[in-house]
Amino acid sequence: MTQVTLNVNGSAQTLDLEPDMPLLYALRNHLGLNGAKYGCGLGQCGACTVIVDDKPVFSCVTPCAGLGGKQVRTVESLGTAEHPGPLQKAFIEKQAAQCGYCIAGMLMRAQSLLESNPQPDEQTIREYMVGNLCRCGTHLRVIDAISLVARQNGSAP
Amino acid sequence: MIGISMRSRPLWIGTAVLASIGAIAATLLMWRPAIAPVERPRTFDSVQLQRGARVVEAGDCAVCHTRPGGPYLAGGLPLVTPFGTLYSTNITPDPQTGIGQWSLPAFERAMREGIARDGHFLYPAFPYVHYRRMTAGDIEDAYAYLMSGPAVHAPARQNRMSFPMSIRSLVTFWNLLFLHGEPLTPVAQQSAAWNRGRYLVEGPGHCAGCHSPLNLIGAEKSGASLAGGTVDGWEAPSLLGMGRRANAWRYDQLVSYLRGEVVDGHGTAAGPMRPVSLSLARLPVGDAQAIAEYLLSLPARTVITEVPPADANAGASDQTTGALLFASACAGCHGPAAPMREIDERPSLDRTSSLQAPSPRNFLKAVLEGVPATPGMPGPVMPPFAASLDNDQLIALASYLRRQARPDQPWTDLSSTLEAIRQETK
Repeated sequence: MTQVTLNVNGSAQTLDLEPDMPLLYALRNHLGLNGAKYGCGLGQCGACTVIVDDKPVFSCVTPCAGLGGKQVRTVESLGTAEHPGPLQKAFIEKQAAQCGYCIAGMLMRAQSLLESNPQPDEQTIREYMVGNLCRCGTHLRVIDAISLVARQNGSAP
Repeated sequence: MIGISMRSRPLWIGTAVLASIGAIAATLLMWRPAIAPVERPRTFDSVQLQRGARVVEAGDCAVCHTRPGGPYLAGGLPLVTPFGTLYSTNITPDPQTGIGQWSLPAFERAMREGIARDGHFLYPAFPYVHYRRMTAGDIEDAYAYLMSGPAVHAPARQNRMSFPMSIRSLVTFWNLLFLHGEPLTPVAQQSAAWNRGRYLVEGPGHCAGCHSPLNLIGAEKSGASLAGGTVDGWEAPSLLGMGRRANAWRYDQLVSYLRGEVVDGHGTAAGPMRPVSLSLARLPVGDAQAIAEYLLSLPARTVITEVPPADANAGASDQTTGALLFASACAGCHGPAAPMREIDERPSLDRTSSLQAPSPRNFLKAVLEGVPATPGMPGPVMPPFAASLDNDQLIALASYLRRQARPDQPWTDLSSTLEAIRQETK
């Protein structure tokens, strides 16, 4: 066991972890942040996607050691059930979740896109989201929801 | 009389005459006529179109002439060269912005001499030094195929070349030095497959474009064809002596690799080779087989490589961290017991070409960038780790895996190579 300090959603947390523990396990089992999901454990499906600094990463294959000094953000940082953030609102409006298992990962990848490119076109969205899979097949609604936020960003004063 | 008048002429007249001759010669060298525009052909022979589609695939035209997410063959892909950035052009049959007004002779001149229909010099990033070795039949078939496609209006993007390379007509002097080679003719003693492979490698496939070292003005170094080069920050390894080197290639491995498959003992094509291998996968398997037969026949070139002094302690320090990182980030797919090894052929890393290579560059590039999914194509996907692993972790992981792969030859240039790659991709 080693002491690892993780900075998650703006607060620093020092945890006693096995040094090879993937970030996903620390988030869920040690910090109670159950938004990010375990899908494949292989970095192939995207259900575990979180943002590290400004990049989306698969938390299931990202070791905790080495994340000191970096800012980790999970879906819990985007808003709450009572006060959903703009992207979450758009997902609800477009009914982009069916079973919902992949959605936390979808939201975080989309969030990182919109932060670097506030008005992506559909092609850009499709290419950027290629690493996140939905087995229910809600991809078109996911794209609609992201496009909605992109349009809102365009019309904002 | 004549003698007297000659003697009486001042010396500057002679100089002026010589200078004018020089200027006229230079102008002639730097000038090419336009070829008259034509109406785009409208009727095609379907068998010829099928042949042409294969030539265009074998020539990897779309690899450069289609930008990511952009319309097929409409250009716009940036090509970063040491002399500036070029953008590939539109080769759809649009009359204004593509090649819709090009006649077959204009197209053939471009393919063999690097001159556009209107007479301007094309930059040698367009591999006409290789395409000139193609048969007239293949060029005609490719022309028919390109002319039959949908016309896309897509004006060329402005190149950003530095002076003096921004002056296109100077390419004429480059051509004087490097533009030679006739269309390939079969070698009688060799098999049909070998000859086909040689044709694909030296002609349309233009393998030497990436797999050869370049000289100071961006031409392939003479006498070093296929001896290995670099492209987009990746090592394009030597294609010479592939069957006899350490971690030698077998014929069946090379055929599968060339078609984008995962090959136990070598891995899969990544980086700029990925789209090339996916192109080859769309061609009849005989083409990859022919290329493999030809490449495996090429003898190694004796080169004196500078082997860094072996430091027994290099890489020894960080084995525990490396092992932990491997377990955490890689073992899910590449560990000895990983189901992905069984069901989806993920390679055991110690035998991949990138971990066997003298330089850590391709290993680091593959881990940083992964193997992205190709929309619409099946195939392996590896996530990028650039944001997941920091430099210390990458170095620990690389030295751990290198020790598994080549305990006798640790990489001693990990940190400088990684730093260089991070700089290049900023």
